Amino acid sequence: MNAEIHPIKTAAETALAENFATAKGALPGAGAVAALREEAFRRFESDGLPHRRIEEWKYTDLRALMRDAKPLAGVPDAAAKALARNAGAALASIEARRIVFVDGAFVSELSDLAGLETGLTISSLGQALAAGDAQVLAHIGRVVSTDDVAVALNTAFMGDGAVIRVAAGIALARPIHLVFVNAGPEPAAVFARSLVVIEQGARAMLVESHEGAGEYQVNSALELKVGDGAHVDHIKITAEGAGALHVASLMAAIGAHARFNEFLFTTGAAVARNQLFVRFAGEGAIAHICGASLLRGRQHADTTLVADHAVGDCTSREVFKSVLDGEARGVFQGKIIVRPHAQKTDAKMATHALLLSETAEADNKPELEIFADDVQCGHGATSGDLDEELLFYLKARGIPAKEAEALLIQAFVGEAVEGIEHAGLRDALMDQVAAWLKQRE
Amino acid sequence: MHLLEVKNLHVEVDGKKILNGLELSVGRGSVHAIMGPNGSGKSTLAHVLAGKDDYVVTQGEVLLDGEDILALPPDERAAKGLFLAFQYPLEIPGVATMTFLRTALNAQRKKRGEGELSVPQFIKRVNEVAAQLGIDKDMLRRGVNVGFSGGEKKRNEILQMALLEPRLCVLDETDSGLDIDALKVVSDGVNRLRSPERSFVVITHYQRLLNYIVPDVVHVLSRGRIVKTGDKALALELEATGYAQYQDEAA
Repeated sequence: MNAEIHPIKTAAETALAENFATAKGALPGAGAVAALREEAFRRFESDGLPHRRIEEWKYTDLRALMRDAKPLAGVPDAAAKALARNAGAALASIEARRIVFVDGAFVSELSDLAGLETGLTISSLGQALAAGDAQVLAHIGRVVSTDDVAVALNTAFMGDGAVIRVAAGIALARPIHLVFVNAGPEPAAVFARSLVVIEQGARAMLVESHEGAGEYQVNSALELKVGDGAHVDHIKITAEGAGALHVASLMAAIGAHARFNEFLFTTGAAVARNQLFVRFAGEGAIAHICGASLLRGRQHADTTLVADHAVGDCTSREVFKSVLDGEARGVFQGKIIVRPHAQKTDAKMATHALLLSETAEADNKPELEIFADDVQCGHGATSGDLDEELLFYLKARGIPAKEAEALLIQAFVGEAVEGIEHAGLRDALMDQVAAWLKQRE
Repeated sequence: MHLLEVKNLHVEVDGKKILNGLELSVGRGSVHAIMGPNGSGKSTLAHVLAGKDDYVVTQGEVLLDGEDILALPPDERAAKGLFLAFQYPLEIPGVATMTFLRTALNAQRKKRGEGELSVPQFIKRVNEVAAQLGIDKDMLRRGVNVGFSGGEKKRNEILQMALLEPRLCVLDETDSGLDIDALKVVSDGVNRLRSPERSFVVITHYQRLLNYIVPDVVHVLSRGRIVKTGDKALALELEATGYAQYQDEAA
């Protein structure tokens, strides 16, 4: 879509090209996989890193934000694995099957792979690519097609990740928690790629958390296929370290009469971009795509969503909340596409930003592209500061200013979080909100 | 010493003078009514006492137990025993009533150097008070005032008052928007809280409320100052004659 000639390469673009040339022989997979990588890399080469003149990246100029490209992370050593032992602690109270990735690599000895429920398989994407697993290759890059350059870079460099399959009709007894941790301390780049296939009528909850220390870059992608009549919850927690650049892409295809609940909770990374490409592939599906971001300092977080109603009779609800302090910047771009035959689509999108300082910034860009005539679509966006009248009411009851603010901020974020079906996870996230507020002094 | 002494209070809002040398002394255990026409400064007085930001005190003092409280933020005034029952209690979606009450009570106790109440202690206490006021437990499970009727909101104000046990209660037009049944319930709640240790400043436009909350002293407020003080008979007199004469007098 971008035919612009881009002859001058930035330092990061040059380094990415060098990294690819050096690493491609060692990246998992030959033949079809290698061809896929080459093709994806050519896409990056022709367009370069996305920048502000690319509409989808208007507010997150990756070319400017990405000063350099870190070297590809090596295989984690024992010390790195030891550091990862406590990863995902924020969700320790939840009975979940933990699958741990250190510096992008699947670490089976830290993962809970015992007693997998019948119909559940969990394996390494790196191994599947290396083995040329036909079932995996049938899906990679195909669940929802996109020409996004960040996704192309992920495809070019994808190292490891999870391959999860839940067989038809199986309901998982407990959530699966994909724990991604960057152990550091050397600057590194991680390209994690996962494929999750939830077959017809199955039920699964997938939690994904990202954290780390030091200076690092994460480009993570998840392809998620939700079968007809399946019920899938996906909660992604981005709590990366202060030196992290985090770009994550979700490509999700939702089958007929399926139920899909997505929640993005973001508190971390210097720069975070969560992009979601959600495609309704069968009629009668319901998707709730929600999120909350809490940012401070000079943090930048961008959520960019494309909800593609390719078929009719589907419902989508989006509620995103952001709390912005200091000089933080929160971006939300949400596009709802209703294709010509997608009649009876019911889509509503709301984004709300709470600005706690004069220097914080919220950018909201809702877009509706409607080609059908019998649909209900709407969007709303607000931004503002805390209500002085409410604060006075709380203070007049003896609640100190900071505590009064905290109560109102929790209420604001809580409105989005309460949509999460899992009570334990709701509580764990609200604990994270409380912890974030404690640092506000 | 009086519990509350307001001396020569001058207050401006957005550069406009609202209170103009107001003097008021409220003794321990007494109920003072402040009556006045619209725009006389009644609500301004209530908000200045509670410490709202937008009001600029240009002169004067407000002494609670001899201590000037004008420099204190609202929460510290509350901890010292001042309570404002709002004319229009606000709805706070997402903040559970029980969380709100417990945060408020424990913040005040902490500031006074008293121990915080445990959750079971607190729940027991709220249930006692709610039962006395005939407040349905279902109301306590909702967000603060969310979906409450006018009467329920006012009852919730009285519940907070009963729970926080202030020494000085300022009731800002508590009767507004209440039908006669709700007015009785709210007044009963207030009367139950009357004690030799607790004083009330009841601000109202209408005499009607004072049939239920019988004042010891009645003041007429006009153009930002008290222009007449009497006993409860003054309220009845005002009901008959209206405020016109006081507005003329002040002018």
